[in-house]
Amino acid sequence: MRTVAKMSWIEIKLFVREPLTVVFTLALPSFILFIMGGVFGNTPDPDGVVYRGVGPMDYYVPAYIGLMIASIGLIGLPVQLAGYRERGVLRRFRAASVSVWSVVGSQTLVSFVVALAGVALLVGVASIAYDFNLPQSPGAVIAAFVLSVLTFAALGIFLGALLSTARAAQGAGVLLWFVMMILSGAGPPPEVLNTAMRAISNLTPLKYVILLLQDPWIGFGWDVSVMGIVFGFLLVPALLTVRFFRWE
Amino acid sequence: MKPVIEVDHLRKTYGKTVAVEDVSFDVTEGEIFDLLGRNGAVKTTTVECLQGLRQPDSGRSRVLGLDPQTQALRRRIGCRLQESALPDRMRVWEALDLFSSFVPDRTTDWQVLLDQWGLAQKRKAAFSTLSGGQRQRLLVALALVNDPELVFLDEMTTGLDPAARRETWVLIREIRDRGTTVVLVTHFMDEAEQPCDRVAIVDRGRIIALDSPQGLIAAHAKSIRVTFSTDQTDLEWLEQLPNVEGVIRHGQRVDVAGSGPVLAHVAAALVEHGIVPVDLRVDQPTLEDVFLMLTERSNCEVEA
Repeated sequence: MRTVAKMSWIEIKLFVREPLTVVFTLALPSFILFIMGGVFGNTPDPDGVVYRGVGPMDYYVPAYIGLMIASIGLIGLPVQLAGYRERGVLRRFRAASVSVWSVVGSQTLVSFVVALAGVALLVGVASIAYDFNLPQSPGAVIAAFVLSVLTFAALGIFLGALLSTARAAQGAGVLLWFVMMILSGAGPPPEVLNTAMRAISNLTPLKYVILLLQDPWIGFGWDVSVMGIVFGFLLVPALLTVRFFRWE
Repeated sequence: MKPVIEVDHLRKTYGKTVAVEDVSFDVTEGEIFDLLGRNGAVKTTTVECLQGLRQPDSGRSRVLGLDPQTQALRRRIGCRLQESALPDRMRVWEALDLFSSFVPDRTTDWQVLLDQWGLAQKRKAAFSTLSGGQRQRLLVALALVNDPELVFLDEMTTGLDPAARRETWVLIREIRDRGTTVVLVTHFMDEAEQPCDRVAIVDRGRIIALDSPQGLIAAHAKSIRVTFSTDQTDLEWLEQLPNVEGVIRHGQRVDVAGSGPVLAHVAAALVEHGIVPVDLRVDQPTLEDVFLMLTERSNCEVEA
């Protein structure tokens, strides 16, 4: 535990010192949310069709929490882990009797801390600049947040285990992140996507993570099937990581 | 003396490439032991097997009496690995603090290491801003942070300037004097000759010679060369001197090959014959001569 705590603390400091991940994880989602709020406001669609029938900002705040969590898992984590392997940092840890669980545990813990900072920033930006509603079911939103962070941490650790260089991880991560940003609910409202876009969207974990966060936020309850899908996106990469993790 | 490392017919291949063919040796407690060889996989693979980072194909090895794969062993040994770095933005003190937290029950005061390895000025510097030499010293300091009983230092002086390398040798002896057994991996001859008690010369997956540096020189390179210049033409008496094996003349320059106390005999005879050369020189064979001779011989045998 002491090792995990110490490693997490250092990882948080390293995260703050790395401009690329800070921009993608914290600055960019907050900035886009700020623009979205300015463009769309928070008046619901009179026909009740777009934005699931709620105000755009009520729709986007949980969606951008999801996007921010996705950037931790798709960009921050894989780049860090693949870079560690590429440069022999993992080898060095292993030789110093650090277990794989300490590495995975500290990365997951750091994901939570960064995600909490992201939530504070997004909610802060939204409340200073625009009118929007806080969660209808806060307890369920917290549960959704925990499951979402765990899921993207698992995906990120899997990508970091799979990709052999930081460069490859960065390329793959940024690409996946942009596709998901546009198609998974954090970009245009899902109602305006065409069939092909919707088909791709249905394959992305972010779509379900956003639904999981959004439903209790806007008072649509808790969808067990969505939770099951998100749980699947947690379990499969976690099992694959156990199988494919390499120290070097 | 207790053996700290016992290696018996170790073998490791990667696909069709044989990294370690057949290696056996023992290291005793308190020794500075060196694996010396050209750049190649054999030395690093051997020590990585002993650190439990690789699984050998066959052979038996024991480190501090344990199987090298034993997780608990890693806490008792230190290592400076080849091809390993730290995160760019990690600071010097953070690295030492982190690595000492991995072994809370056997911590040394890493502040002392910071001073000993000349990093006190750099304690707040990020790893990426350190010079090559500073990085090496930090990685060595990290290897010592758990007060190890045995430390592996793989190519530890790469990137250090000559003065820093000499300081490092002094520090290595200090590490040993505090009771830690040291295993070096190097391709620098002077590094093997200076701080080491015993040297294993490694070539083509095997140990081809193992002894103290002086022992290797005495056993494999007996010939000493004495040179000087003179315009005297009649030097036949030189060949009659004890320990002289041959005399070759190139113009004014004279090369005398011999063994043992040949220098004393030649010098005395020169003075006796009224020759007092200002450039009288003796070439003692070095470990490098032994190394080149042995590795060339082993290469010839392979090719033959």
